[in-house]
Amino acid sequence: MSGVHWEHFPHQADMGVRGVGPTVAAAFEQAALAMTAVVTDPLKVAADEPVEIRCEAPDDELLLVDWLNALILEMAARHLLFGRFEVRLDGHHLHATAWGEPIDLDKHQPAVEIKGATYTELGVRRNEFGQWLAQCVVDV
Amino acid sequence: MNLAQFQQVSEVEWRIAPFGKMRVPAVIFADETLIREMDDKVYEQLTNVATLPGIVQAAYAMPDAHWGYGFPIGGVAAFDADEGGVVSAGGVGFDISCGVRTLHTGLRADEIAPLKQRLADRLFARIPAGLGSTGELRLNTNEMDAMLRGGARWAVEHGYGSAADLDRIEEHGCMAGAEPDKVSDQAKRRQRDEIGTLGSGNHYLELQEIVEIYDTKAADRFRLRVGEVVVSIHCGSRGLGHQIGTEFLKQMVIAAPGYGIALPDRELACAPIQSPLGQAYLGAMRAAINCALANRQVITHLTRQVFADLLPGTHLTLIYDVSHNTCKQESHTVDGQSRRLYVHRKGATRAFGPGHPALPNELRDIGQPVLIGGSMGTASYILVGTEAGMTRAFSSACHGAGRAMSRHQATRQWHGRALVDELASQGVLIRSPSLRGVAEEAPGAYKDVSAVVDAADRAGLARKVARLKPLVCIKG
Repeated sequence: MSGVHWEHFPHQADMGVRGVGPTVAAAFEQAALAMTAVVTDPLKVAADEPVEIRCEAPDDELLLVDWLNALILEMAARHLLFGRFEVRLDGHHLHATAWGEPIDLDKHQPAVEIKGATYTELGVRRNEFGQWLAQCVVDV
Repeated sequence: MNLAQFQQVSEVEWRIAPFGKMRVPAVIFADETLIREMDDKVYEQLTNVATLPGIVQAAYAMPDAHWGYGFPIGGVAAFDADEGGVVSAGGVGFDISCGVRTLHTGLRADEIAPLKQRLADRLFARIPAGLGSTGELRLNTNEMDAMLRGGARWAVEHGYGSAADLDRIEEHGCMAGAEPDKVSDQAKRRQRDEIGTLGSGNHYLELQEIVEIYDTKAADRFRLRVGEVVVSIHCGSRGLGHQIGTEFLKQMVIAAPGYGIALPDRELACAPIQSPLGQAYLGAMRAAINCALANRQVITHLTRQVFADLLPGTHLTLIYDVSHNTCKQESHTVDGQSRRLYVHRKGATRAFGPGHPALPNELRDIGQPVLIGGSMGTASYILVGTEAGMTRAFSSACHGAGRAMSRHQATRQWHGRALVDELASQGVLIRSPSLRGVAEEAPGAYKDVSAVVDAADRAGLARKVARLKPLVCIKG
C-alpha cells in the first residue's frame, strides 16, 4: 500500500506499529498515530492540548524509538492521549508537537496501556514505493 | 518448532549444543506438543542469550516460553561478574518485578457466592485498573525515594498491611541494594500517582476457588483446602519500571560496543555487571523491584478494605508474593561449586526448594510457593519449589500460560462483550474498563496453562500443589 498512512503488524504478545510517508518526519508522525491506535481510535482523540517534545539519538532507528518513548512518557505522566502530531527533523534531532486531550474512559474506551517502544522489528527505511517507513513493536 | 534442531534429553527437556558464538548450551523444558507449537523466535532468542559474556551453565527456557525482547519470555540465564558477566535490561524486561501474590480469604466459595456480584463491583470500584487510572497516594521526592528503598516494608510502615505480610514476600518485602538516585526524574514523574494501581494488559486481581489438590503435604503447609477462596494479584512496577527499562535499554545499546560486546540483537543490550552502567542499572532495577512490592502491598490493603466492608471479620493472609521479571544475585551450585551469580528471570518464577535460607521459617522445610497465573477463564496453579529444581535452571519455573496468539488475532476472533457474557455463564465475573482489552486477553489467546504446569512438574522444576478456578476477575 502506498500513500501516507499507518498500520499495525502482528507480534505474538504485543503490537507492531508502522507509519508510512513521503519523508522520515511524516513516517514518524504516522507511526505515532499507529501507536495511539493501539490504545484507542485516533479519530476519537481531540487535538486540544499541545505538548512539545524534543529528542535526539545516534541514528534514525534509535530516534524513532526515542520519539515513541517520549510520547509514552507524556501520555502516562499527563494522562493524555494524542491525536495529532507534527514532527520536524534536523539530522538526528527531533522537535515535535503532539496535540491531545485527557483520557476519558467512556469516550476513548482505552484497550491497553503501552509500556514502551522496543527495538524489535525496528526499521526506518524506504519501502518498495520509495516512501519512508518507520516501524517497531510496542510492549503492552 | 522443528524438533530436529534439538537433542531430546527426556520427554520434557530439549537441548541445543553450542554452535557459532554460543558459549553454553541452550535448554528448553517443555513437552513435545508445547515445543512443537513454540515460536521459532524462542530458539533464535535463546541461542542468542547463550552468546552473552559470562553466562554460566546454559540458557534456559521454561514451558511457557514465547517470543520476547532479546530474551524469550520464559527465559532464565545466570552470569558470573568475575568472568565478565553481564546484566541485561532486556533480560529483565520493561515490567520490572511484575509478579503474583496470593492471599487466603479463609472463606468457602459457597459463603461468598451470594456476595459475588457485590464483591466484583466493589473491588472494581476500589482498585484502580486500566489506562490512566491513578492511585490515592501522591509521592513527593522524599517519599518516592523512601518507597524505592523500602518496598513493601515502606508500605507497611505507612499503614498498608502488617509486618506479618513481609515474611511472605521474596526478599522479605524489601530488595537490598536499591539506589533511588539511579532512577531518572522522568521515571519518578511517571510513577507519581501510580502506586496502588493494577495497570492493564495481562494484569489482574482475581478471586479464585481452590478446586483440586495434588500434594496434600504442601497444601496443608500452605493452608490450601478445596472449596476455599483465595485472592491473586498480578501486576508490577508500573510506569517507573517501564521507564527504567526503556532508558537503560537505550544506554546499554549505545554503550555495548565500547565494552567490546557485539550484540546479536539490540534488545539483548547489556553491560558488564562490574561496569558503572551495569551497577547503575542494578541499583535502579532493584528500586523498581521495591516499587512493584510496594504496589502489590497497597493493592492488598485496598482488597482487605473491600472484604472488611462486605464480610466483616474476614482476614486476608498472604500465602506468598513472587516476582517473575528480575535479575537477582543468588548462590547456586555449579559443577559441585557454590557460586554467586546474577540470575535473570524474564517471565520465569524463582522456585527455591526445601531448606533454602531465603525462605521464611515456617516454609523452609517444605519449599517456596510458586504462583502461576492463568488468563481469566482458565485455571491458575500453586506449585512448590523442589530439591531437584535447585540443580535445574537455577531454581526457576514457569510463570503463566504464555501467549499463543497475537492481540490482533484475538480481537478478530473474540468480542469483549460476548466474552464477558460467556464467562459470566461459566460463573466467572469479569470487570474491566475496556472491552477491547478483554478481547485481546481472551483465554483462548493463551497456551493451555495446565499443559505448561504439567511440563514444569514433570521436568522437576517445581511440583504441582493446587489448581485454582477463577470466580471474579478485575482486569486492568
